[in-house]
Amino acid sequence: MMPEPLLAVRDLVVDFGKPGAPLRAVDGVGFEVEAGGAVGLVGESGSGKSVTALSILRLIGAPGRIAGGEIRLQGEDLLALPAAQMPEIRGRDIAMIFQEPMSSLNPLMTIGDQVGEALLLHQDLDRAARRARVVELLGLVGIPDPASRLGAYPHQFSGGMRQRVMIAMALACHPKLLIADEPTTALDVTIQAQVLELMKRIRDTTGAAILLISHDLGVIAEMCERVVVLYAGRVVEDGEVRAIFHRAAHPYTRGLLQSIPRLDDDRHRLSQIPGSVPLPGRVKAGCPFLGRCGLRIARCAEQMPPLVEIADRHRAACWVTAGARG
Amino acid sequence: MREPLIRVENIGKTFDAPGRLLRGNSAGGVRAVDGVSLAVDRAETVAVVGESGCGKSTLGRLILRLIEPSEGRVVFEGRDLAALSAREMREVRRQAQMVFQDPFGSLSPRRTVAQIVAEPLEVFGIVRGRRAMRDRVAEILTQVGLPAAAMDRFPRSFSGGQRQRIGIARAIAAGPSFVVADEPVSALDVSVQAQIVNLLQDLQAAHGFSYLFIAHDLAVVRHIADRVVVMYLGRVVEIGPKQQVYRAPHHPYTQALLSAVPQPDPDAPRQRIVLAGDVPSPSRIPSGCSFRTRCPLAQEVCARERPPLRAVKPGHAAACHFAEPSPLSAAPPSSSP
Repeated sequence: MMPEPLLAVRDLVVDFGKPGAPLRAVDGVGFEVEAGGAVGLVGESGSGKSVTALSILRLIGAPGRIAGGEIRLQGEDLLALPAAQMPEIRGRDIAMIFQEPMSSLNPLMTIGDQVGEALLLHQDLDRAARRARVVELLGLVGIPDPASRLGAYPHQFSGGMRQRVMIAMALACHPKLLIADEPTTALDVTIQAQVLELMKRIRDTTGAAILLISHDLGVIAEMCERVVVLYAGRVVEDGEVRAIFHRAAHPYTRGLLQSIPRLDDDRHRLSQIPGSVPLPGRVKAGCPFLGRCGLRIARCAEQMPPLVEIADRHRAACWVTAGARG
Repeated sequence: MREPLIRVENIGKTFDAPGRLLRGNSAGGVRAVDGVSLAVDRAETVAVVGESGCGKSTLGRLILRLIEPSEGRVVFEGRDLAALSAREMREVRRQAQMVFQDPFGSLSPRRTVAQIVAEPLEVFGIVRGRRAMRDRVAEILTQVGLPAAAMDRFPRSFSGGQRQRIGIARAIAAGPSFVVADEPVSALDVSVQAQIVNLLQDLQAAHGFSYLFIAHDLAVVRHIADRVVVMYLGRVVEIGPKQQVYRAPHHPYTQALLSAVPQPDPDAPRQRIVLAGDVPSPSRIPSGCSFRTRCPLAQEVCARERPPLRAVKPGHAAACHFAEPSPLSAAPPSSSP
């Protein structure tokens, strides 16, 4: 028997807009994260990847609402919990790292107090022990001479250092799952390299699972064991990282991989996916990739292809390439 | 030797530090660009790469004289821009255009696409008469892959990729010979980036203009550039033909930069050089080699002496005390002191 996954998202539906005329941002998304695993959610703007991540922590603000599905953490459905119980889950069981550390940190609070706040909420430590733990955490994420930086404010730190502080806060209470939403997108490439190395080290030493949300296929290839490809609010393909990068089945995944320029190759012309990502609410019946797909057949306009297993633990939703049986 | 389209000689820009007047000291200022020299040939694409704060965008604006240089000069078709009459400068303005990063912020929301694209045609008196103007705008829109019917709509009704096409239409409308493209694809979705990169290349093939392509994405640059200029803290640390810079980078910063790019291949070998620390502030540039505070090779000499750009191969130079000319180099001895 398969062990129970750490996190299981099933048939998640998230709507924005008025109840009478909902805009569906996430439509039936499902995936699992095993304890200690690393799963990447890949997608472009409007794919629903960030909305999915926020939904796991029930942080979707009005007018957005979770309209269906289950989010099970070690078997317990978070969507069924009273809202008052969520703060206990956040930080303690699941912690989140956002793209823009400057807007996620409080500009009026010292670094030491902000990292200490998570400890105050979830752990019973006296003042001195808390301070010692904050220093330890800041050291762990590579802040030089951490004891002397406790009184510093976020604006006195560089972008990379602020992201390290965010990671220290996320780690404060030994979470089982770290959700990182485009954690390095705002950073320069040499600083991104530092933060990626840090995240790998953190995963090795703490055993926390990582759900990494990114549009950057390079970051996903380097960090993740499994990949879930989202398009217009739906999972179009998922599988082991090698299967996705070497044997992609969905025309969108294939197109995406072929359209990115590579450092080791300067073919004269990039292959391109025509058109642009559909806006939420613009997807009609059928496959969301229909309008941009070179392989479409009549059936694609009529029916959304289901996600079917095409190889061991590799699924794709395409009537043509995945031979979806309906 | 044939004169390049644009020659930049030892150009520099120092911005006043904020609060300097109040503090009453004359020191300081932000050295954004420092002693940069480069040339762009006709129909050539020169890419300027580097991280935020390296001065690449300031360099692009200095070359177009959107900001005044503190020193140095820009020579366009053999003529020093600073010495041009107002009328001659106007002609240069027609010939040198810019594509901006942000396809949302760089187009006026209150003007139709036709008004946006027609503006340079009006300003430079290239097309007169409403009928002729609409015909010309329709032609330009077709060239950038937009339907002629787009001209009566406003930018807000277009996607990011389509807006970038509008920005490109505006830049090519007046028939430029030189286009500065400042991060033209970094705000776009991955699946749309390739469309715009291909469009920029197709337009260059059709019209023969030159690009100064400013970017932080080294994979995009590998694809589009003929030559690459790597900047760090306002200075050029390496310059050379694309193939050579990517295959055999000579400056430790270029080596680290290339090794830091995550590869979209889970089996790619990863021998990453992770640099310590952050880029220093451009208001406190380290003495000697400005990269020495993060350089894995740094020695005493690096703090003392600023390494000049030295040829390592013909047309390929690096500013590092330890960058050795390649043994196969055919560079004349005079170019390596």
